[in-house]
Amino acid sequence: MSDATDTREVILEAIDLTREFDGVKALDRFSFKLHRGEVLGLLGANGAGKTTAMNCLLGLTLPTSGELNAFGMPLQANRIKILQRANFSSAYTALPGNLLVWQNLLVFAHIYGVPNPKKKIAELMELLEISHLNKSVTGQLSAGESTRVNLVKAFLNDPELLMLDEPTASLDPDIADKVRKVVRKVQRERNVAILYTSHNMRDIEEVCDRVIFLHKGKIVCEGTPSDIVAQSSSDNLEDVFIKIARDGELLDEPKKASAV
Amino acid sequence: MNFRIISALVMRYLFLYARSPMRLVELAFWPVVDLVVWGNVTVFIQKNTNPEFGSYVLFFLGGMILWDIMFRAQQGVAISFLEDVWTRNLLNIFVAPVRSSEYISATFIVGILRILITAVVLSFISWFGYAFNVFQLSWWLIPFFLNLMLFGWSLGMISTALILRWGLAAESLAWAIPFFFQPVVAVFYRVEDMPAWSRPIAWCFPPTYIFEGMRSVMKSGTMNWDYLGYAAGLNVLYLALAGWLFVWVLNLTRKRGLLTKFATQ
Repeated sequence: MSDATDTREVILEAIDLTREFDGVKALDRFSFKLHRGEVLGLLGANGAGKTTAMNCLLGLTLPTSGELNAFGMPLQANRIKILQRANFSSAYTALPGNLLVWQNLLVFAHIYGVPNPKKKIAELMELLEISHLNKSVTGQLSAGESTRVNLVKAFLNDPELLMLDEPTASLDPDIADKVRKVVRKVQRERNVAILYTSHNMRDIEEVCDRVIFLHKGKIVCEGTPSDIVAQSSSDNLEDVFIKIARDGELLDEPKKASAV
Repeated sequence: MNFRIISALVMRYLFLYARSPMRLVELAFWPVVDLVVWGNVTVFIQKNTNPEFGSYVLFFLGGMILWDIMFRAQQGVAISFLEDVWTRNLLNIFVAPVRSSEYISATFIVGILRILITAVVLSFISWFGYAFNVFQLSWWLIPFFLNLMLFGWSLGMISTALILRWGLAAESLAWAIPFFFQPVVAVFYRVEDMPAWSRPIAWCFPPTYIFEGMRSVMKSGTMNWDYLGYAAGLNVLYLALAGWLFVWVLNLTRKRGLLTKFATQ
């Protein structure tokens, strides 16, 4: 489906996004669209520009140039309105460890103005199979428990746009599988647009509808996971990842592996 | 005991000091503050030959209690922010629909709660332990508290801005900044007992008017209204400057991508 014929609602859009640090381009004319109900994977080796992209999209870092729009509005000028309809979870942030789980979640439920917050928290904790952690001290949770509590926080406001930064990092395969299934379930039921970063290619194949591979801040490949694998001489997405990380390219020229 | 291991650990601390100039500054900062404050207190005591001087000693307790009001207000802002840094929660806050004005307002309220607890505890202890009744300041306590709280908030916003810019390397400033001012705002002695060169500096800061006012109320039961006016006016100015600095630094950290370092610190 070309952009001209694609009638799906664009939730998040970057146009020629560039971010320089001391003259080095961490992102170089990065453009993409994320549609309602779509899960887009942002992939690349360490230093490829994923985190910079995510930080720009969250408004934590301002781009050097380019445009960023969410829900049809410029992000910087409408940050609060946009963040009210979005949410974020990362393996690298934490909820305050000295508070109980329910206390942390209640604080964020109030920030997002969630109606009937206690009921909502209970429902989400049940969905993520962590109801028993309600009165636990957040700092004493295991990595898997902590990730799921962070996901409860991320789902609290029924976001239309969800940004998940390596949500399965440091999780055992069983918990990682549960997290993937829940993310997919919530995404399907609520038609959420999700931007997903991960170094776990199984995550990507299972969760993402479409992926973008970044290398040195530039898009080197874009398409569905299966199409990208099919177009490359690789056996699987992990090999594609390694090839791009080492050679900086997958195909002769950066192009869409498949129309989406 | 293995000397090699001890020397390796010493080396580790020396590396730490070399990489964090703020720690070296602290080595000189606190002794200098102590010396200046107690030097001026000594001058104050030496100069007073008044037979009623014994009652003046109560000024120290009054000064100490009011100083703590300002200190707790500053801490309410700065430590609340640091709590979010220490618990790696800051990014969760910054990617939530929270305006910086809402965040700072919340820390102000925490500051008020800290002040109330501090004031109640110190008032009881000073009354029962030292027969010092802070309520002898009567209704003047309210404008005194308010003005010191406002200046504490300004200092809190400045501390927060510095931590935002320099990260946890500037953490010690959260504790030290109020003490930059302690020697020059006449907490324990009159402005006229300070070295001549430092008096014009003293009158640039709102707490000076409050501490001078406190001594005036304790001594004669009267208060110079001009002092309250100057303190309030200067507080408006400092609050505006501190608020501008905080917003400017926040925007700068966004431009330079420095906010994200709080996720990993």
